[in-house]
Amino acid sequence: MSNSTQPSAPTLELSRIAKTFGSVVALTNGTLALHPGSIHALVGENGAGKSTLVKIIAGLYQRDGGDFTLEGTTVDFTSTAQSKSAGIAVIYQEPTLFPDLSVTENIFMGRQPIKSLGRIDRKKMHTEALGLFERLGVRIDPDRPTQGLSIADQQIIEIAKAISLDAKVLVMDEPTAALSGVEVERLFAVARSLRDEGRALLFISHRFEEVFDLCDTVTIMRDGAYISTSPIAETTVDEIVRQMVGRDVASLFPKIDAPIGDEVLVVSGLTEPGEFHDINFSVRAGEIVALAGLVGAGRSEIARAIFGVDPYKTGTVTINGTRIPKRNPAAAMNLGLALVPEDRRRQGLVLESSVAKNATLAIRSALAKFGFITSAVENASARTWANKLEVKASALDTEVGTLSGGNQQKVVLAKWLATNPSLLIVDEPTRGIDVGTKAEVHRLLSELAVEGLAIIMISSELPEVLGMADRVLVVHEGRITAEIDRADATAESVMFAATHAEVAS
Amino acid sequence: MKMLSKLIKARETGIMIALVLVVVVATARNPTFLFSPDGFRDLLLTPSILLLLAVGQAIVIITRSVDLSVGSVLGLTAYLTGRLFIDLPGIPIIAVFVIGIVFGGLLGLINGALVAFAKVPALVITLGTLYAYRGINVLWTGSDRINGSDLPSAFLSLGTSSLFGIPWLTIIALVVLVAAGWFLRTQRAGRELYAIGSDPEAANLYGLKVTQRVLVAFIFSGALAGLAGVLYAARYGTVSSQAGVNLELQAVGAAVIGGVAIFGGSGTVWGAAIGAFLLLTINRALPILGVQDFWQRAVVGVLIIGAIVLDRVLAVRQSRKLLEMRDES
Repeated sequence: MSNSTQPSAPTLELSRIAKTFGSVVALTNGTLALHPGSIHALVGENGAGKSTLVKIIAGLYQRDGGDFTLEGTTVDFTSTAQSKSAGIAVIYQEPTLFPDLSVTENIFMGRQPIKSLGRIDRKKMHTEALGLFERLGVRIDPDRPTQGLSIADQQIIEIAKAISLDAKVLVMDEPTAALSGVEVERLFAVARSLRDEGRALLFISHRFEEVFDLCDTVTIMRDGAYISTSPIAETTVDEIVRQMVGRDVASLFPKIDAPIGDEVLVVSGLTEPGEFHDINFSVRAGEIVALAGLVGAGRSEIARAIFGVDPYKTGTVTINGTRIPKRNPAAAMNLGLALVPEDRRRQGLVLESSVAKNATLAIRSALAKFGFITSAVENASARTWANKLEVKASALDTEVGTLSGGNQQKVVLAKWLATNPSLLIVDEPTRGIDVGTKAEVHRLLSELAVEGLAIIMISSELPEVLGMADRVLVVHEGRITAEIDRADATAESVMFAATHAEVAS
Repeated sequence: MKMLSKLIKARETGIMIALVLVVVVATARNPTFLFSPDGFRDLLLTPSILLLLAVGQAIVIITRSVDLSVGSVLGLTAYLTGRLFIDLPGIPIIAVFVIGIVFGGLLGLINGALVAFAKVPALVITLGTLYAYRGINVLWTGSDRINGSDLPSAFLSLGTSSLFGIPWLTIIALVVLVAAGWFLRTQRAGRELYAIGSDPEAANLYGLKVTQRVLVAFIFSGALAGLAGVLYAARYGTVSSQAGVNLELQAVGAAVIGGVAIFGGSGTVWGAAIGAFLLLTINRALPILGVQDFWQRAVVGVLIIGAIVLDRVLAVRQSRKLLEMRDES
């Protein structure tokens, strides 16, 4: 971090980049300078224009105005192939690999080493792949297909790709969103060594502790415009947050004390070999119980089993004294269960459909008269919840896919709250949601608890867990390894339980 | 050792064994199935035309498309072949081959252009051109037909004669197969076809020339159907407006039986070729085994569904295995 603040000619420079999509203005003033040997953070709320900026750098979008220079020369990329050959590698939030092809082929696709007759030199490719992994200090079989690899490993492959390209600029768009602590550390170690080789890195993240841990410079964007750039050492989280939202955020997690009522959900002895073992816990009305742990610990699997999406071998789940049948989500819904899934775009929403249709999706049979649903009834019901949750959409017939992540999440919440559930399971409720909206989602959850809803919250973000939960259940490799009350829950105690099979009591 | 285990695990080995079994059982029942000059020749000759279509089809399916028009392309080219010999007496046979291949390629180009630029699923486009090409064929041919007497005898003998006991048709089909297999395995463009079928979005982000590659896959499939059309005329001598009807379904069937994943990204032309052999050899073996005509079609259906179920089971097993590997590491 020491030498990077020295002034040097920027590798990549964007100034006053503008971009509009039809009537929507995505960027008014995208300004960014990436220097060699530096890890630069780009932060901003969702919708601030970070992704648009990245896509312009990648050549997926073309700018409408402004200057884009790479090592001093103006460039106009019209395809990803061009930006790639100019030495820019972009790692997207969701790794983009070919699941059927081998790891090696994924790294070299489109530019495999060739020998006579244009034949691909597989031996050379294999050796180079091994060399790359050795350099990155990871063990991945280069011959296996990428299908089934963890997201962390997939990201390593993306990085290997970038290195083999000898990229001068490496852009990482929220690479840590789906990673556990150890995996984040591994990624950071790699990022630092790339920085020390004199490459310019751009790191986009919503997690400030990571920004402060890894980066040396930070650029803040708001509403499609550049706000400021400062060395990380000369700024603070509060300062960044204030600039991002343009106002002071009083409290990130406004948890309201709720009266705790009777037991709503009782889970006992839930076991599915290979996924989770002997899960016992209960949730009371008005209580927020967090399932904490590392990504892949089995938390989502437990939630999905409770809801009846996935099977389980033994054990029982009861809600308000009634047994929930296995593998029957419709029955679980009727009994008052609601599940807001982790992947809202795929599992929680019909992206091509309107806000009103999505918000009423779970109560369609109740809204229907003689099997028909009129849009008046639909809109009335949707409006109630959209207003209550403050969904920011220009109209109820707005396509959900065009909303920001935070507003999409609110639509999913609206959908489930319309069923009037007694237990709500939320899986990573604020993943990929910006700071301002995050607080709003937390406020919502907290208010729902006050109204007597029992809530199970699965979260990988420790501040969220500590701030929101009345009780924390820590899951480690498919078992609950600790149950910690709000008063005793600290970052250390939760992290310890999440990384250790046996917890010393 | 690694080679051996790879060979045993390969998807193609399974259907190869099935093919051998069919041949062995049929021969045991009736030795002339294999051990007679005609039997051996038919074994190789019958699937050769379908093999060409299956190779083209496999390449298209690997890119996550499908070409349902190949039967119609074959029909149209077969009639064109006849017309060339009738209308241009003395035209060299090689020229007819070239014209047939180029003509098929053009029809494939139309398919590919519609799929690549109109962004409409290939299933719909090629279903449309299936009927359109056949319609043109019917319009052109009418109640006319090409007869064996219209064609030069040198051309006709190509459809039935052999070299060292191997029919010429089979030799041509195998040469095409080897070339296609080599291309898909060793060339960048070939690997990119797999990549495109595996995840088109990712292919775009990689900066691969998706549109161009898909276009070429369709041209290739059309050109092979064109070649198959010329060979069809040589083999049967008679071409009506109904030549090649329903062949496209057999071609898709052969590819699927041969382990080409219908959602693209995996499979080989070798598998598709063995699939073509298996499909038609079973058709010939069933009467020998005394299976009624009615059941013969059902068997083909069972084969296709069986292949898809097997693929699914293997895929699930594979992904579970990969997940376990990840847990262990």
